[in-house]
Amino acid sequence: MPRPRYSPAERPGTRLVHRHSLWTRTTHWTWAVCLFFLLLSGLQIFNAHPVLYVGEQSGFDFDNAVFRIGAEESAGTYRGVTDIFGWRIDTTGLFGFSGSSLFPDFSALPDWAIMPSGQDLATGRIIHFFFAWIFVVTLLVWLIASLANGHLMRDLIPSAQDLKALPRDIADHIRLRFHSGARYNVLQKLSYAIVLLVLMPVMIATGLAMSPGANAAFPFMTDLFGGRQTARTVHFLAMLLLVGFFVVHMAMVLAAGPVKQIRSMLTGRIRVETGKGDEA
Amino acid sequence: MTRALLSRRRFLTSALIGGTGMAVSGCNGLDGLKDTDNRLRSVMASANYLTYRAQRLLIGGDSLAREFSRSEIRQPMRPNGVTSPPDGDYQALASTGFAGYRLSVGGLVAKPTSFGLAALKAMPARTQITRHDCVEGWSCIAEWTGVPLSVVLNAVRPLPSARFVLLRCFDTIEQGLSGAFKYYETIDLVDAFHAQTILAYGMNGAALPIANGAPLRLRVERQLGYKMAKYVRSIDLIDDFSRIEGGKGGYWEDRGYDWYAGI
Repeated sequence: MPRPRYSPAERPGTRLVHRHSLWTRTTHWTWAVCLFFLLLSGLQIFNAHPVLYVGEQSGFDFDNAVFRIGAEESAGTYRGVTDIFGWRIDTTGLFGFSGSSLFPDFSALPDWAIMPSGQDLATGRIIHFFFAWIFVVTLLVWLIASLANGHLMRDLIPSAQDLKALPRDIADHIRLRFHSGARYNVLQKLSYAIVLLVLMPVMIATGLAMSPGANAAFPFMTDLFGGRQTARTVHFLAMLLLVGFFVVHMAMVLAAGPVKQIRSMLTGRIRVETGKGDEA
Repeated sequence: MTRALLSRRRFLTSALIGGTGMAVSGCNGLDGLKDTDNRLRSVMASANYLTYRAQRLLIGGDSLAREFSRSEIRQPMRPNGVTSPPDGDYQALASTGFAGYRLSVGGLVAKPTSFGLAALKAMPARTQITRHDCVEGWSCIAEWTGVPLSVVLNAVRPLPSARFVLLRCFDTIEQGLSGAFKYYETIDLVDAFHAQTILAYGMNGAALPIANGAPLRLRVERQLGYKMAKYVRSIDLIDDFSRIEGGKGGYWEDRGYDWYAGI
């Protein structure tokens, strides 16, 4: 076997294989930065009106709210309350009311969860839309590149063979046995495909469905989600799913060897055992 | 290759990564962006110009905002911002039912004119049921009746050099050390001549209430609520707003909000 130029050290029984194209790596890290800022500035924007509704408008004289963060006062003491589909949860110290009686903080989400810290809707919007543009352009670039270089069909859309392996792959993951090869396993394929082809486009579509300008051009987009306020709620739900993906993604990277995984997403190459994971 | 979930080395690595993440999210280094003169902020805010150009290109000048049926008016219009102007001249007008109100329209026009409410109501009227989207995130559907701004502007014959419409308002929204800040707004001529851009004097089938901007407020249906100035006192056609008030084209714009509020 020819010795790869980039090999940091020869290790018997292993070899470096090409795993991530430059397109994949560049877009991956661009999204990582964008999503960090989009999340925190998005939560700043949410804080300006921490209520989510279903329908076209916000019910002030009727009730179409499905999620609400607020504060309640009883006998001079405040508590933070979060209402989800009619269920009330006491979230004092986290949502709705935090801080002390001397320095009370009535913001829905606390300062550490929003960018910039402290209420500043104008700056939150500037950060949000700046990174939204980069995010959208990056997704378009990635989509075109991944269709052109075959990444999408080869690595993300599960094959019939992949789907046959699904039960076993799920069983392996439940037993915390992770296969780290040159190719994605079927759960990886499915989760990346859902994030890239469903959640990210839904994020952009619901974002545009909230824009009064875009509404005039593409009214069907708002209708698709059942109204502007529903689109806002779906935008929030998709955010939660993306955060959920991020948590699992980090856990998997840590479990599979963070140094190796991060290096492979930087250099594009990963060390695998000879004869494994290089079937393509 | 199958690995155990955590080794000590891996635990230390993950603790390091997690700790770095927390340090980044907890640091307030980016709070310099709050300063509206911050340079990085200006770079980021220029994305708004991109949005403006992209929306103008994709939406076109004439596309209409969605209009709704009467059954979709389910609640009174939620007032926001100033709901009862403290200003003496305004209160004097309000006490007589705005009988003495005159809208002066001037600037870069061939024929500066002032209009009383009766004259504005005698002009062609437009009624539309639209969704008002506040920058805070909420929406409210209401019916608006008024004279298209284009009718008023055509009556005063704008000069070719005119590029923006400046609306000055009665209401003092903030008392500063250097005096009172009154609300004002600017829009471009595409929105000014748009079919749904009206100077509304009626709301939900009745006269426009004071809380919602009586006697006259702007409706710009393809932008957010803060563009729709209430308590309009005068209109001027201008070619540049960089020397007016804070120079950003509106009360909220001077406080960091985007000039183009189509998103």
